[in-house]
Amino acid sequence: MQFDPFIIPFNVGLYFILFYAVARSVIWFRDLSRPDKLRLQRGFFGRAFGQSLKDIFLESLIHRKILKSNIRLGYMHMSLAFGWFLLILFGTIEADVFGQSHLNPPYKAIFFKFFNPDHGRSGIEAAYSFWMDLLLAFILSGLLLAVIKRFSSHAVGMKKTTRLKTLDKVALTSLWLIFPSRLLAESFTSGAYGTGSFLTGTLGSALASFLPAMELSYPFWWLYSLSLGTFFVLLPVTRYMHIPTELFLIFARNSGIRTGDKPGAFKEIQTYSCSSCGICIDACQLNFSAGISNIQSAYLLKGIRNEEDVSEIANNCLMCGRCDQKCPVGIELTPLRMVMRRAGEVVKSEGNIWKRYFPDRQTLPASKLNGHPSYGWLPEPESAKTDVLYFAGCMTHLTPAIKNSMVKILDASGVKYNFMDEQGGVCCGRPLMLAGQDKEARELINYNSQIIWKSGAHTLVTSCPICYKIFKESYYLDVEVMHHTQFIQMLIEEGSLKLNFLQKKVAYHTPCELGRGSGVYDEPRQVLKHVARLQETGFDDENSLCCGGSLGNMKISYQKKSKIARDAAAELTKSDPDMLITACPLCKKTFSSATETKVADIAEIVVEALVAAPSKKSKPALVSNLKEPASID
Amino acid sequence: MDKFGYTISKGRQINYDTNSRHIAEYILERENSFRICIECGCCSATCTTGAFTKFSIRELQILIKRGENDLVRENLKKCMLCGKCTLVCPRGVNTRNVIMLAREAFQKRLKNAV
Repeated sequence: MQFDPFIIPFNVGLYFILFYAVARSVIWFRDLSRPDKLRLQRGFFGRAFGQSLKDIFLESLIHRKILKSNIRLGYMHMSLAFGWFLLILFGTIEADVFGQSHLNPPYKAIFFKFFNPDHGRSGIEAAYSFWMDLLLAFILSGLLLAVIKRFSSHAVGMKKTTRLKTLDKVALTSLWLIFPSRLLAESFTSGAYGTGSFLTGTLGSALASFLPAMELSYPFWWLYSLSLGTFFVLLPVTRYMHIPTELFLIFARNSGIRTGDKPGAFKEIQTYSCSSCGICIDACQLNFSAGISNIQSAYLLKGIRNEEDVSEIANNCLMCGRCDQKCPVGIELTPLRMVMRRAGEVVKSEGNIWKRYFPDRQTLPASKLNGHPSYGWLPEPESAKTDVLYFAGCMTHLTPAIKNSMVKILDASGVKYNFMDEQGGVCCGRPLMLAGQDKEARELINYNSQIIWKSGAHTLVTSCPICYKIFKESYYLDVEVMHHTQFIQMLIEEGSLKLNFLQKKVAYHTPCELGRGSGVYDEPRQVLKHVARLQETGFDDENSLCCGGSLGNMKISYQKKSKIARDAAAELTKSDPDMLITACPLCKKTFSSATETKVADIAEIVVEALVAAPSKKSKPALVSNLKEPASID
Repeated sequence: MDKFGYTISKGRQINYDTNSRHIAEYILERENSFRICIECGCCSATCTTGAFTKFSIRELQILIKRGENDLVRENLKKCMLCGKCTLVCPRGVNTRNVIMLAREAFQKRLKNAV
């Protein structure tokens, strides 16, 4: 039997991490809610299994999403993950085919060169050695990028990289040491025996020419084994826990498990799936516009993992969802933040290193206590019967031009409608929800629901994307909820609205709550194409910017808000449009004071393009004309 | 001797020296813009809740600063956090966060208070 004491650290680490991954998975599975357990079982033994394997290959190994957005960063992650995977895979085959026996324990493959120093002199063996050297070179090139990134993140196309804590740094160092020490260990052994291919062979003979290669190889094999062992043992308490967790996450997500609005095991799994890669930091406008760089999702998740109080971080966010779109792991970051907002302040727990390997189940209050019901003073909900109900929303009342335009459009279309909050209505509840006060929001939802029920309307039109999102998601209504852009688009298609084409260039800004929040991208563009020439801004659809005025952020100061608004407006008006069009009263209000370009809502430009309807006064005149011949004597 | 009905209504005098300003201090520690309010009343003019009740966010801010916490407590729960006040404020006071913090402060000092 081939054995040497230096393999002990590696073996200890490997079997520890394998045992740990299984134990942790069992705990997570146990903590899932009953329906989620069934989903996962069905997903694991069903059709979702193939999709999960595909996702694991494409995302965990190739890192396709990162490659798409940033090729250098993607290459760095791919070379480390995919390269290492290939090295292990082909190392195992090598040990199986060229070693003394079949079905070897893992260490035989990892330390193959040490136990078979004569391997790879000629023929197929040499070709195989060349391939293994190539893989090692592939990983080392990625490692070089990683080292450069740590000291200058600009080199790999990133503006900011995450700050690390001590344990992460130790784990990072051991990870960095793994491949150079393998290179040196193999080179010294190759140098001593005169084997090895283009990398290890060349470096080995060069080193052997002036160093005692035989004696020096042994300590490097020790270093290689030690760094592997250290990395494996530290993995569960550092950000590298994302490697095993992401596999679990992919299976869970493909089985149809979602964050929802309650804390639970899936939230915990997502928290540990974050690799702190820092892509969310670069995507965040609070970072690149307002200079707030300690509240991004990577830090939120890090804070949750370390069981710190993250309420301040959780509340300081525009909730625009840009990071959700960019996250290469696909973690539902905004819903997670909402869970933390509802939980309020969390008591910090004792930081015990042993406890961190098997942390207690994270018990968060589903909603923070805000005391007794607050809106008992609201008047009795009443409404006249109608077909279409128009709800302007609080923000639209601050921008009366939108409200008046909508009234004109509704009048012109000829539908039977009722203006639900003409005299100022009750808030939709979304701002309360964004503040983590769900119980209070529920009261307002109930109140508005009663009005809508009583009206008997089949369609509810709203001008505000904030209201639209909550009407759509949290009201249990039997009416069709439409944003006014969708409604106008429907009217145009029906032929109820006749529009002129205006000779104007316009840029369209997708509001966060409408676009990323509710997935309404096409209708506003369709409407705009009817009335004006639409310009591309470079920040379209999923990549749209936030105006900065978001109600999501509780903490941001007025100055920083307007800085974000100015920066975003400058980007959107780069191609010098005649008008900046948006579909949200809040965006309109925020942008109006941030740019010289005229800012308008979609409803306003539609009214401008409206073909003047034949005036109603002419109709009775016609009727009276008809009546005249009746009076003949 | 007759008291001419003077004991029917409570005493109305306010002693600012004995009022506790801990709610105001809690907010001031966390929201700096609370200091720069000029009490112009724009927030109250636009207030969604104000359209239904006598709730006035301007008055509320003054009461918080004076430490008349009982009055604040009664009114605080009426706010819907819709954020219009923050948008219209000419001074850029983050009024929405002021209300949030006041609720938080009451919650911490007096359990389940607001």
